Amino acid sequence: MRNLFSEGGLMTRRLATCAIAALSIAVATNGVAAQDREKVTVGYAISKSGPNAGGADMTVTPNYELWVKEVNAAGGLKMPDGSQLPIEVIAYDDRSSAEEVVRAVERLASQDKVDIILPPWGTGFNLAVAPMMAKFGYPHLAGAAVTDKASDFVKRWDTSFWFMGGSEDYVSALTEILVAEREAGRINNKIAMISVADGFGIDLVKAARPSFEAAGFDVAYDKSFPPATSDFATILNEAGNAEADTFVAFTYPPHTFALTKQAKIASYSPPVFYLGVGAAFPVYPKIADGSVEGIMSLGGVDPNNELNNAYRAKHEELVGRGADYWGSVLIYASLQMLEQTIERVGLDKAAIAKELSSGTFSTVLGAETRLEDNQLRAINWVGQWQDGKFVAVSSAGGEGTQQVKLPKPGWE
Amino acid sequence: MLEHVVNGLVLGGTYALVAMGLTIQYGIARIMNLGFGDMIIAACFATYVLFTTFAISPLLALLILVPVGYLVSDVMYRVLMKPLVSRAPDEGALEVDSILVTFGLLFVIQGVLLALFGGGYASYSFLNTPVHIFGTVVAGNRLLALVLSLAIGGAMVVILFRTRWGMILRAVALAPNSAPLFGIDTNRAARMAFAIGGAMAATGGVVLSMFQTFTATAGVVFTMKALIVVILGGKGSVPGAIAAGLLLGLVETFVAAYVDPGLTLAAVYAVFLALLLVRPNGLFGKA
Repeated sequence: MRNLFSEGGLMTRRLATCAIAALSIAVATNGVAAQDREKVTVGYAISKSGPNAGGADMTVTPNYELWVKEVNAAGGLKMPDGSQLPIEVIAYDDRSSAEEVVRAVERLASQDKVDIILPPWGTGFNLAVAPMMAKFGYPHLAGAAVTDKASDFVKRWDTSFWFMGGSEDYVSALTEILVAEREAGRINNKIAMISVADGFGIDLVKAARPSFEAAGFDVAYDKSFPPATSDFATILNEAGNAEADTFVAFTYPPHTFALTKQAKIASYSPPVFYLGVGAAFPVYPKIADGSVEGIMSLGGVDPNNELNNAYRAKHEELVGRGADYWGSVLIYASLQMLEQTIERVGLDKAAIAKELSSGTFSTVLGAETRLEDNQLRAINWVGQWQDGKFVAVSSAGGEGTQQVKLPKPGWE
Repeated sequence: MLEHVVNGLVLGGTYALVAMGLTIQYGIARIMNLGFGDMIIAACFATYVLFTTFAISPLLALLILVPVGYLVSDVMYRVLMKPLVSRAPDEGALEVDSILVTFGLLFVIQGVLLALFGGGYASYSFLNTPVHIFGTVVAGNRLLALVLSLAIGGAMVVILFRTRWGMILRAVALAPNSAPLFGIDTNRAARMAFAIGGAMAATGGVVLSMFQTFTATAGVVFTMKALIVVILGGKGSVPGAIAAGLLLGLVETFVAAYVDPGLTLAAVYAVFLALLLVRPNGLFGKA
């Protein structure tokens, strides 16, 4: 009896397995049929944990979420035939590992077969996935990636697009301002420069050394420090001893915040105080406890640009916090360009890439945004905190930039 | 010169503060707690929330979070560690088991923090006021870390070496198998030591959050640093943790000032290796 019972149980179980198998096959076929345009699948792998999570969470992920929310709220992505399809998102956490991001993108392309793949955060990660994106023919809108080699990359991967410029662009814009200040007699000829011994810091400082030297500056203090450094008392002390009027730090957010706090403690307030990633975060003034006036960094926005202001307000409303003043707007603009491209040419990957590189788009950057040689060049390179806003600056002002205000006032 | 000594001691105070709890947990309860750094981060976030949302001063948060750290660790020991201790045939097995369990604990704490706060940077400004000592200006919050680590360390040394209760803890650390023969409740003593370690993690977290930028996943950095200090000082030795912490702070500062800031990490590990060659059981360790 017991045997029979267990036999029966086994049968039921087998039947159940068969049923589930049949069902899953049915669902799978159905899935394929349904994919025949009831929705557009957008996939991305992004660092939700690990050391890169902080940067990704500030600049990239909120913009992806904001964009999807907005598009779906408006009825979905517009297609060339006037129909609208909602976006479905498949997102993976790359755990800040370069192998993981490549694996995830491959999975998105070959297994999930998504229509669009959005890029990961960071220069290194974008370079890591670029060959994969090119292999599967996906347009690669590299947003959060600073590289001087973009012109080479667009030749190697002709479906790649670069939205954040290169180190040389940022450094030469800064050098231009410094030269003008020196000519006006407001700063001396010396620069104290520190950099984090990691991706961003290495790239920027490599571009900065020749640029400063060519402009006739004397880089009196030039040191790099390990990324794990948390105390800057000694480094700032030594930098201060260099008697330079210009302090430049190519740093990541934890260093940027720690440097600011330490500079206040040590009353170190050189006329030019330029910091790396993090100084353009909206939370920066709070972390610095007020007194950020005059601090310079990469990026900046035009406070008179209504499109940009509207975007920032929307970001704050839908994401619950402000957008950063550097990369966010560029990432969002790249998504708007993608959206308009799909409206014009549909979801064919090659057609999207072609339209992206030759078309003109209306974005938060302006009514006529277009790429040059697959690169966005209309970028604000240097920003400065002026009256509670991180605005784009240049030595003379104009073309969407304010005039730089130097020397930086002392700490409050 | 003197300024580098002051800066080095202040930096070392932070290291010592972070490492003392770990050394007590490891030395007395014999639990190698790899989730220690994440408990610190949890305390950082708790302070952050108390300060930014409820406007509770981090100094007041210390009074709230240190007992909480004690209680949480007490419960953690009862639920997670006690079964391991009873099961382990010898000290080596317990060490391996505790490493595995706390390695899992690390990801649980990290996952909860990620779910609650996301992966972004957290930082706020408190007690970032200049304080003059011997002609050197140091940050008030960092000085607080040094003072606290010296005070707690001093208190622990007095308790461990001058009180009956401390003698019980030392007996358990030294001879866990013989201690019960003298009527010592080893389980209770180990649990207490683990809980004290947890309270110290909370102390470290509260103070660190005042000057350091932290993320939900940064715990492992603190565990690593604390581990170096613990091994360098000799496992289970509170004075060792303080001496090793201050030594590392001084080494980092002097290398940054006179050699190159890029070599601070290399110098720390060089000192670590050199000392272990001479004293394999650490500065204050017993063979």
